Amino acid sequence: MRPTAGLRRRLGGIRQRTAFLTAGIPLQCAAFCLALAVLPVPVLTAVQRHRFRAMLDIVVPPATTEAIASRGLRDRLASPVVRRQLGYHLFAGPLVALGAVGTLVLGALGVAAVTVLLWIWALPAEWRIDHRGYLNTSAYISVGGLLVLLAAVRLTGALVRADGYAASQLLGPSRTEQMRRRIENLSESRAGVVDAADLERRRIERDLHDGAQQRLVSLAVNLGVARATLKDLPPDVRKVIDEAHREAKEAITELQDLVRGLHPAVLEDRGLDAALTGLAARVPVPVRLTVAVDPRPSPTVEAVAYYVVSETLTNVVKHAQASQVVVHVERKRGTMSVTVVDDGVGGADPSGGTGLTGLVKRVASVDGSLAIDSPVGGPTTVTVELPCAQ
Amino acid sequence: MRAVVAEDSVLLRVGLVKVLEMAGFEVVAEAGDERGLLAAVEEHRPDIAVTDVRMPPTYTSEGVRAALVIRKQWPETAVLLLSQYVEEQYAADLLASDTARVGYLLKQRVADVEEFVEALRRVAAGGTALDPQVVSQLLLRRRSDPLDRLTAREREVLELMAGGRSNLGIAEQLVVSESTVAKHINNILAKLDLPTADADHRRVLAVLRFLGIAQ
Repeated sequence: MRPTAGLRRRLGGIRQRTAFLTAGIPLQCAAFCLALAVLPVPVLTAVQRHRFRAMLDIVVPPATTEAIASRGLRDRLASPVVRRQLGYHLFAGPLVALGAVGTLVLGALGVAAVTVLLWIWALPAEWRIDHRGYLNTSAYISVGGLLVLLAAVRLTGALVRADGYAASQLLGPSRTEQMRRRIENLSESRAGVVDAADLERRRIERDLHDGAQQRLVSLAVNLGVARATLKDLPPDVRKVIDEAHREAKEAITELQDLVRGLHPAVLEDRGLDAALTGLAARVPVPVRLTVAVDPRPSPTVEAVAYYVVSETLTNVVKHAQASQVVVHVERKRGTMSVTVVDDGVGGADPSGGTGLTGLVKRVASVDGSLAIDSPVGGPTTVTVELPCAQ
Repeated sequence: MRAVVAEDSVLLRVGLVKVLEMAGFEVVAEAGDERGLLAAVEEHRPDIAVTDVRMPPTYTSEGVRAALVIRKQWPETAVLLLSQYVEEQYAADLLASDTARVGYLLKQRVADVEEFVEALRRVAAGGTALDPQVVSQLLLRRRSDPLDRLTAREREVLELMAGGRSNLGIAEQLVVSESTVAKHINNILAKLDLPTADADHRRVLAVLRFLGIAQ
């Protein structure tokens, strides 16, 4: 009878796990002796890692990139990474090796017991005559051996799991290290997402600027020409043309306002100073503007700073009833600060208002901070700090 | 009056030519970039060159560069710049040597055909036409105390006046009488400590000097 595929797979698994543990025994012992002398812990760790990868396909990530081997003994012992690795080599590893030796012995005993009826014939016939009822005893021993074998198999699995757990805990990165790496990865990917969104905004702006806006302008021009030249049209036709002309001009204005909120071309072409001047000149409240951003920050940070000023000025016009606004943008090495002060009625609530929520989110997307100071009766001060890469 | 038009968007160029012809100008050449514009001006010596600011190859300030060359080499040709957005530095560069025969307007102003035609004629005749947006940005740049003393209405009048408009033009724009405009202007000139002048262009010159962009 041929064994089924499932059974073959099971047997293969048992063989693999046993081989893995067996390979561990001399290694753990050697590691124990060597680690006692705090010898090349990283080397031992690398060998152990290789054993996991080669025999079980378990990847234990490297704990740290810091070069430990090049330092003195005292430093090495002080390093938490080395200490955790020593913990594996001196304690967990040897324990597993001990367990592995025990399991192998148990397995050998089990095999011997199961096959007792085969080799009992090798004993002299006198012995068999002296021990009557040996067949019954052998049967018991065989069954017992079978149970022992099963236990050994179970134990093998448990030991492999325990070894894997110990290795990942002690040879791999610590929880703090894992968190740190995760945070690094997340920050990197978030920066990527923010940049991508910003790039998309700029692309949309360009498309509108070079496409739709130009078309609308030429449409409005043509309608204007029609209005000015076709003087002898019936009044209702004239009315339609007038209407269309006005609509086209309003559409241009609307589109410009939309683009202004997105990412105006002037920002990309000429930087914050020029863009904010254009913005401030359109506000119906007198604005004092000072911009000192040298060197130019990244386009993403620039866009956020522009957005902050744009949104804040919009809020001032809507709610503050201010007679004067002061906008100050300054870059000091790694930080760009944006301050907007208005002498309006105050009482702006940082938690309320959709505009402010969007502002907070946009500032947070580049790890910036936003503070609003707005006592009832004014003045209101909005302060935003944005980190920019040096 | 002969004119040259430079604009890379064909659609808008057609519209511009139409407006110019309607205003009685003869369009002698059209161009789509800086080189074409300069070649056309050199060949035809027109009374006015109307040009877009952003043109191929880099789409940054080709029009401004060409305008500065024209001002220097063929000063009798007036220059009217059209821009998608206002960059007051460009206007300042243009006005630095001479405020006569210069215009700087937003592109969308072309759609207000009558006003645009008026600006065209003014510039071709040796005057100035600045977009109100340009002037308000110049005002923003010029952080001076006397400006703070102006009322909101006076600021509006100042913007239009600095843009090169006549009293009548300002009165029509703000829907007030000419005498009211004259009163506002006198107040403004007094507050800014500027000499009163009857001629429009002298007045513009005074205001632009005050804004720190004219010699």
